[in-house]
Amino acid sequence: MLSVEVWRGTDRGRFQTFAVPRRVNQTVLDVVSEIQREQDPTLSYRFACRVGMCGSCAMVVNGRPRWTCRTRVSESASAKGALRLEPLRNFTVVKDLTVEMTQFFDKWRDAHGHFEPGGAPAQDFAVVEPASPQRQAADAAIECIGCGICYSACEVVAWNKDYLGPAALNRAWTLVNDVRDAARDARLDAVTGEAGCQACHTHMSCTTFCPKGLAPTYSIAGLKRTFLLRAVSRAWGGGR
Amino acid sequence: MNAALYLAQRLSAMVLAFAVTAHLATILYAVRGGLTAGEILARTRHNDAFLFLYVVFVVAVAVHAPIGLRNVINEWTPWRGPLVDRALVGFGGLLFGLGLLAVMAVYQP
Repeated sequence: MLSVEVWRGTDRGRFQTFAVPRRVNQTVLDVVSEIQREQDPTLSYRFACRVGMCGSCAMVVNGRPRWTCRTRVSESASAKGALRLEPLRNFTVVKDLTVEMTQFFDKWRDAHGHFEPGGAPAQDFAVVEPASPQRQAADAAIECIGCGICYSACEVVAWNKDYLGPAALNRAWTLVNDVRDAARDARLDAVTGEAGCQACHTHMSCTTFCPKGLAPTYSIAGLKRTFLLRAVSRAWGGGR
Repeated sequence: MNAALYLAQRLSAMVLAFAVTAHLATILYAVRGGLTAGEILARTRHNDAFLFLYVVFVVAVAVHAPIGLRNVINEWTPWRGPLVDRALVGFGGLLFGLGLLAVMAVYQP
């Protein structure tokens, strides 16, 4: 049997312990679903696709933020078969394992995390060479599923509530590298400052825990570099 | 960190990387050579290269340290705002003044 401690409540609450049978190839999400269906229907949690695409089932499992649908009990439980499940950190807890994601996605908007076609939309398809450095840089960061694990793992978010966070900055980096985008300068301005890329300490927690294997740290470093190059370019009177 | 402070901290860090290396090399040279205080002062007195290096060093420290301290204060304490910033400008001024005094004490004893 597994001994599963589950957070109950909001930001204030307590752990409740459940005993759940071990099963072959059991995922942490299976465990939570079994508790909710067989033992306590009032348990709140969130999931949708169950196959690592939607990013909605992220939780803190034994102290580490993880996507629970793709995390097997065998790789995450302690040697004694214990699991401790908490809601993602750095989010407001709605109830039990469910967190409020609004602030997280508001920061994507604040980081200008949307494509900007410009005043005069292109008349033809843009040709983007797959091997071009910008396309490669965008490719390396594009597969984010918005699960919030990086945001939960980030110490800077914990210190500075205004910090845009790894996911929003990672998204901004993909757009900075989009040659079709018309808001590069505005986006660089949006990700610069006390809450922007310069606040990152390069702890690399986001990169360590990203379930998709992305490296938001490098995206943030790219934003810092691009900002620096623009500042130098402006200082030399080169404009952009 | 705002953009101007970020640039100032990175630029001062580049200067410090060079200045600290030169500083350590100087210390090693003075100690390993077995120089007396008098012999050291004889080398630093009215030595313009020494003066230039250490004035640059002091300026870089006076810029770099308060910005770093500001980050630590902002992240680890609830103190922030113009009062903290003014106090840190004062701290930078203090480092600059004390550093310059120390440099002049060996340049013009």
